[in-house]
Amino acid sequence: MSAVGKISLRGGLLPRRGARERSRLLVFNHAVLILLTAFAVMPLLVLAFNSVKTNAEIGLNPLGPPTQVIAENYASAWERGDFATTMGNSVVYVVATIAAELVLGGLAAYALARRKPPGSDMLMLYFLVASTVPVWMYIVPLFVQFRAWGLLNTMHGLVIVYVAMNAPLTIFLLRSYMIDLPGELEDAARVDGANEFQVFTRIVLPLSKPGFLTVGLVVGLGVWNEFFLALTFIHDPSMFPITTSFYKFTDRFSRDWALTSAGAIIVIFPIVALFLALQRQFIEGLAEGGVKT
Amino acid sequence: MALLANKRPATFAERLSDPGWRNRCLRNVIVPWLFILPLLLIHVVVVAVPAVQGVYMSLTDWTGFREANFIGLENYRVLFFEDEAFAEGIRNNLSWMSFFLTVPFILALFCSSVLAQIKRFGMVYRSLLFIPYVLASVVTATIWRNLLSPRKGIGAALADIGIAGLDIPWLGRQETALMSIAFIDNWHFWGFLMILFLAAMQAIPPALYDAAKIDGANRWQEWRHVTLPGIRPIVLFMFMMVAIWSFLAWDYIWILTQGGPAGSSDVIATHLYRNAFLRSLSGYGAAQGVVISIFAGFIIMIFVMLRRRGWDI
Repeated sequence: MSAVGKISLRGGLLPRRGARERSRLLVFNHAVLILLTAFAVMPLLVLAFNSVKTNAEIGLNPLGPPTQVIAENYASAWERGDFATTMGNSVVYVVATIAAELVLGGLAAYALARRKPPGSDMLMLYFLVASTVPVWMYIVPLFVQFRAWGLLNTMHGLVIVYVAMNAPLTIFLLRSYMIDLPGELEDAARVDGANEFQVFTRIVLPLSKPGFLTVGLVVGLGVWNEFFLALTFIHDPSMFPITTSFYKFTDRFSRDWALTSAGAIIVIFPIVALFLALQRQFIEGLAEGGVKT
Repeated sequence: MALLANKRPATFAERLSDPGWRNRCLRNVIVPWLFILPLLLIHVVVVAVPAVQGVYMSLTDWTGFREANFIGLENYRVLFFEDEAFAEGIRNNLSWMSFFLTVPFILALFCSSVLAQIKRFGMVYRSLLFIPYVLASVVTATIWRNLLSPRKGIGAALADIGIAGLDIPWLGRQETALMSIAFIDNWHFWGFLMILFLAAMQAIPPALYDAAKIDGANRWQEWRHVTLPGIRPIVLFMFMMVAIWSFLAWDYIWILTQGGPAGSSDVIATHLYRNAFLRSLSGYGAAQGVVISIFAGFIIMIFVMLRRRGWDI
């Protein structure tokens, strides 16, 4: 604290911290962050290393970089893990859930945010309470009910469950987004003779695009990574999503680390690539979604 | 003014015959509710109705196929007074909770405070630290099962360079299994907490920090009197959420040990899963689901009460 009272560059009369202290602090900060980042990323790096080694090399060198790259592990994992089928299934689960969620959730959120029919407050309370009910409270009766209705072991059955479970989050996020939109445009459209559906599709929908993107990312990530419901509701391997099939795969080839590591990279590759492409939306969306649920 | 003379409110039949009223009603009530109905219906069928059924089911001896007999609170009596494994499950849930209410919070508070102060590479750190959170639990489990293996994992590598004692089967020992799984789950989770705290810190008006500097606050005082109050609401809210989630914990435990060895990493949810889906003790499993929900409701109640007392949550 040497230069007390000096006029700082930001214009206030602030005591400036010494430049040396500042740079020492920055070194400390970066050192800490590099350590923590290593903790987050190194395990992934080891996974990537092992995915291109032979099992013999993993036995001698389980953590370090490979001495030679064996890309065949990927082809072998792709085939033996039947990833062509299960990754396709996961894409279906994700796309179907997002589509249904955005259409139905968008309509509901529009009505709740912009039209507020009588009973809206009660309904928001319902979704608030429902979002705190743990899945364990209703999973057993739901399972029995789905068995009775023939929805067990069907892809659309699982999608229905996903859509329902993500409904409160979708409504909270989209509603809070739509509620801030200015009302003049809608009124103008109504004066021009637009009906409710047209007001929704032509005015509110385009203005709420970022909200829909957020919901799509949060719901899509959740479904891609979902394990428990898929394990419980889908028993036919031809309908497994990538998570449960990978689980059985690691069980079957538990000694073949090269193969399972390559499989693991295949499972996470689409998500990590999408995350790196849309970092900001992902991080902000998940942060928002985490607080809203 | 003929309209003013007619003060009697219109009867329902009269309103119904008024085309203007019918139109307004359609526009402001019926159409909006038609927009809401599809999602609401799906949610009621999948969540609300089964939740109520679950309470009833927990009072029966149903096995999922034959007829159910109403047995009152028998399932709960067995759970709390006879099922030793369930008692251990609750204890494990409490250990899990004490882990997750401390370790990830300390890590996330520390890391976000450090990250909030720097400008260069801030985005890079943020993204890399967040990557574990987007990974599927099955993959995270595979990564760490290998890294914690006694012969080929980190422990073995450390033993090679002279740091002995860590090359043990972390997931295969009763004393270490549960906390090893918590460590793995936390590797995946804490970055999420960090991002939430960081976002809250970045929303604090810089003027507050300037004011603190004028008052001659040092870094610690700045953190204690500006940063901490600014992020307090989200920290307390996440305290509540993490406490609730601690009673729902299932996937990492099921994937890595299925509750073993010898029940040492069993929690309520793994018991429930085994009872309801592998042993078809549906009624008994439903009772465990109700118990989990009661714990969750209890935690929410504590926070609602604190809020009533003027806590800023």
